Amino acid sequence: MSPALLGVEEEGQSNVSLAASSTSIDCISRNGCGLKERNYLGLSDCSSVDSSAVPSLSEENKNNLNLKATELRLGLPGSQSPEREADVSLLSTGKLDEKPLFPMLPLKDGICSSLQKHVISGNKRGFSDTMDGFSEVKGSLYSEKNWLFHSAGTESDSPQSVGQGTFPGSSGMNAMQLSRPSGAQSHMMKEVPQKVLQDRCHGANGTNLNQAGTSNNSSNAPAAKAQVVGWPPIKSFRKNTLASSSKNNDEVDGKPSSGALFVKVSMDGAPYLRKVDLRTYSTYQELSCALEKMFSCFTIGQCGSHGVPGKEKLSESKLRDLLNGSEYVLTYEDKDRDWMLVGDVPWEMFIDTCKRLKIMKSSDAIGLAPRVMEKFKIKA
Amino acid sequence: MLRMARSLPEEVLEHVFSFIHSDKDRNAISMVCKSWYEIERWCRRRIFVGNCYAVNPSMVIRRFPEVRSVELKGKPHFADFNLVPDGWGGYVYPWIAAMANAYPWLEEISLKRMVVTDETLELIAKSFKNFKVLVLSSCEGFSTDGLAAIAANCRNLRQLDLRESEVDDPSGHWLSHFPDSFTSLVSLNISCLGSEVNFSALEHLVGRCPNLRTLRLNRAVPLDRLANILRRAPQLVELGAGTYSAELRPDVFSSIAGAFSGCKELKSLSGFWDVVPGYLPAIYPICSSLTSLNLSYATIQSPDLVKLVSQCQSLQRLWVLDYIEDIGLEALAAFCKDLQELRVFPSEPFALEPNVSLTEQGLVSVSEGCLKLHSVLYFCRQMTNDALVTIARNCPKMTRFRLCIIEPRTPDYITLQPLDDGFGAIVEHCKDLRRLSLSGLLTDRVFEYIGTHAKKLEMLSVAFAGDSDLGLHHVLYGCENLRKLEIRDCPFGDKALLANAAKLETMRSLWMSSCSVSFGACKLLGQKMPRLNIEVIDERGPPDSRPESCPVEKLYIYRTLAGPRFDMPGFVWTMDEDSALRFS
Repeated sequence: MSPALLGVEEEGQSNVSLAASSTSIDCISRNGCGLKERNYLGLSDCSSVDSSAVPSLSEENKNNLNLKATELRLGLPGSQSPEREADVSLLSTGKLDEKPLFPMLPLKDGICSSLQKHVISGNKRGFSDTMDGFSEVKGSLYSEKNWLFHSAGTESDSPQSVGQGTFPGSSGMNAMQLSRPSGAQSHMMKEVPQKVLQDRCHGANGTNLNQAGTSNNSSNAPAAKAQVVGWPPIKSFRKNTLASSSKNNDEVDGKPSSGALFVKVSMDGAPYLRKVDLRTYSTYQELSCALEKMFSCFTIGQCGSHGVPGKEKLSESKLRDLLNGSEYVLTYEDKDRDWMLVGDVPWEMFIDTCKRLKIMKSSDAIGLAPRVMEKFKIKA
Repeated sequence: MLRMARSLPEEVLEHVFSFIHSDKDRNAISMVCKSWYEIERWCRRRIFVGNCYAVNPSMVIRRFPEVRSVELKGKPHFADFNLVPDGWGGYVYPWIAAMANAYPWLEEISLKRMVVTDETLELIAKSFKNFKVLVLSSCEGFSTDGLAAIAANCRNLRQLDLRESEVDDPSGHWLSHFPDSFTSLVSLNISCLGSEVNFSALEHLVGRCPNLRTLRLNRAVPLDRLANILRRAPQLVELGAGTYSAELRPDVFSSIAGAFSGCKELKSLSGFWDVVPGYLPAIYPICSSLTSLNLSYATIQSPDLVKLVSQCQSLQRLWVLDYIEDIGLEALAAFCKDLQELRVFPSEPFALEPNVSLTEQGLVSVSEGCLKLHSVLYFCRQMTNDALVTIARNCPKMTRFRLCIIEPRTPDYITLQPLDDGFGAIVEHCKDLRRLSLSGLLTDRVFEYIGTHAKKLEMLSVAFAGDSDLGLHHVLYGCENLRKLEIRDCPFGDKALLANAAKLETMRSLWMSSCSVSFGACKLLGQKMPRLNIEVIDERGPPDSRPESCPVEKLYIYRTLAGPRFDMPGFVWTMDEDSALRFS
C-alpha cells in the first residue's frame, strides 16, 4: 500500500523501506505515491493536475495501467508509519500484473476500470495487509492509495486474514470488480487501452464464473468468512442491532466481526449521501480507496446531473480548476458528536467510535487539527 | 343487460362500488364500460402504486381525483440488502407536491423504501388538514425535525409508523411537539429511532390518548420506564417494549409484572432488546392471549424461549432468533397449534461455524405440528432434499416460503446433491405459493420445476443459483403470475432475457445484479420495448466506455407508463430508443 507520507523525513524512511521490501517490488516502486504527498481528491487522469509533487514514477504508473498515482485521493491526516509500508505495499496493483488471481479469468484484475464496488463484495479487504497470504488470496486487491494516513501503530493487523482465501461465492464478476486500483473513474477508464477493457470483459463472461467460483470456494479452507455484499439477506437495521447486541454480550475475541456497521458518508457539494460498511475494511487505506471511488464521480462532475444524456468528458483545464483549492479531507463524527480527522486513532478504535463520515473541504477542516493539516498541505 | 346498466343512476352504482375495496376488483369494475370507468374513478379512495416510477403523479391525479389514501413503493427489494447504491432514486417529494394541490383531503400516506425529506414531511404537515395516517417503512432521508412538523401540525393524526426507517440525528424532543390538545393517536411506532425520546413527553402523550392501541417503543426506552407507560395505556393491543434489561430487583419486577397484567387486551409483543431472562416471567400472565410475538432482537437462549412459547397457545406469528434451536421449535410445534407464520433469523450470520443447534429438523418439526403454517422465513446452515419434501407435503397451503441457507451454494449435506428436488417438491405441493426465495446449491433443474409448477408464484428471489440461461428462461416462460423477479450472482445472460422480453411487460419489475447480461442486450431491450424502463446501474462508469459484450453490474427493468425518469444519479442509465444514439 502506498505509504502516504508526510514529511521529508518520512519520505526518506519510506523510500528506504520501500526499497528494502522484497516483495512486490513492482508495486512498491510503482508506488511513487510513497514519495508523494497525497492528500486530496486529486483527479485521476493527469498527474500533472495533481498539485502534489509529481514523481517520475507517475509515468511508470500509467504505463502499468496503474492509476493510483493520478487518481482521486482523499487526504487523510497522519502518515503511514514506516513499519507498515511493507504490509501496505501488497495492496498495490502491481499485484495485478503478476498474475490473475482467479485462474478462470483471463484478464488482469481490476486493471484500469474501476471495477471496485463502493461496497465490498466478496472478500473483506483486510487480507491485503499480509503479504504472505497474498498469493492464496483469491479476492480483492487494493491498489495502494496515496493516502496520508496517520497510522497510530497497528491499525489493522487483526482482521487481515478475514476474507483471505475464500473466493467470494459471489460471481467472479464481483471478484473482478474488487481487484482494481482504487479511484479510477470512468473518466480514467478511457485512458486505458481498449484491449485491457476487453480482456476484462471477456473474462466477465458469466457462465463459468460462478462455477469456477464455486470450485474455488470449496477448495479453499477459509480462514474466516468472506463477506459478500448483501448476503445473507439481512436488513441493515437488524445487522446493526445484532452487532451492538453482540458487543454488549462480550463476545470472545478472535471471532470475526459480526454484523455490519453502516455509517453515512457525506461530501460537501455532493447531491446525496452514501453508506459504507466499516466492517468490510480493516485499514484506513481501504476505506479511503473505497470512498475515493465512491465520490470520484462527484468531484469530476460526472455524476449528479440528472439524466443528462451523454456525460461530458472533463477537460484537463476543468480538472485543474476543480483541483486547485479543492482539497478534501476525511472527517468523522464520534460518539460525543465531535468532528475529528480520520486517521488519528487505531483502526479498531475508530470503527468503535465513528458514527458518520464526512468529506470536507480542507479549508473547512482547519479547526480540527491545525498542525496536522499544515503537514499535509499539498505542495503546489 | 346493457340497458339496465345505463338505467341505474350513478349514485346507486357508486354506492354499490363503495363496498368494493380490493384494487383488483376495482380495476375490473372500471373495465366494464365507459360509464362505469367514469363512476369508479370518481369514487376510488385508495391508490396503491407498487413502483413509484411506473406512473407519474399527474397521471394518477388525472384519473382519480378524489383519493384519500395513497400507498407508494420506491426502491427495489434488494435495496434492503445494500445492493442498490445510495442515490438511486425513489424520491417522494414530487408526489407529495402534486398531491398537496390535488388532494387537500388526503388522509393516509404509506411509503416503502422511498427517500423522504424533512421538506416533504413539512409539506405533508401543512397541506392536508385531515391527515390521519403516516407509515414510513424502510424509508430514509429525514430527521426528527420533519417528525416534529408532523407532530405539531397534524391535529387528527391517528397513526405514525416509522418501521425500520433510517432517521437522521434523532433527538427526542420532537415528541413534545404534539400539542397538549392532541389526543387522537391510535398507533405509534418509533422502534427504529436511535436516540432517546423525552420520556415524560412520551408518558404524557400516551396518557392523554385514550384510543392508543399500538405502541412500539425504541431501544432507548429502559425497562423501568415501561411500567409507567403501560399503566397509562392498559388498553394497548400491541406493544413493542424497549430494552428489556435492568438489574434484577424484586420491586422493579413486580412493578413490570403488575403493569403487564393490567393490559388485558395485549395481543402482540415486540422489541425486547437486551433481554435479562429474569424479567421474562413478568409477561407470562399475558402469554396465553398473544397472537404475535416478535423476539427477533431478543438474545434469549433456548431454554427461556421454550418456557415462553410453551405458554403462548394462541400464537399465530412468531419471529425469533435462531437461539430457539431445533429443540425450541419442537416445543413450538407442540404448543402453538395455531401458528401461521414463522421467521427465524440468524444470530451470527457471519460466523463460520454454527453457534446454535438449529438445523433443517427444526423447520420440519414445525411443519409437522403446525398445520396452519403458511408463511416461512428460515435462516439456517444446512438442509436436505428430504426435509424440504417433508415440509412440502406437510404444508400444502404454504403461500410464502423463504429459505436462506447461509453459505451460498450449499448442497444437501447428506447426499451432497443440489437442492433442486427439495424446492421442486415445494412448488409442486404448495399450489398456492405466492412468494419463494431460493438458496443452496441449485441447477437449472430447479427453475424447470418452478416454471412447470409454480403457477401462482408472484415473487421469486434467486441468488447464486443455476447453470445457464435456460434457468431464467424456465421461470420467465412458465410462471404466469410472476410480478417480481430478483436475481443476484447467477450465470444468466442475454438469451433468456431477450427471448422473453414481452414477459417483462407483464411484471412489475426484474432485478439482476452480478449476472451476465451484456450492455448490448440492454440497449436492444431498450430500443424494442418502449414501455419498459431498462436501467443499467453501474458504478464503474458509463457502460459505453466498455465493450457491448461487457456485462452490466446491475440491471433493473420495470414497466412504466411514465417513460424514462429524470431524477437518475450519474451511475444509472436508462436504455431507450435513443440509447443507440446516445451511446454510439
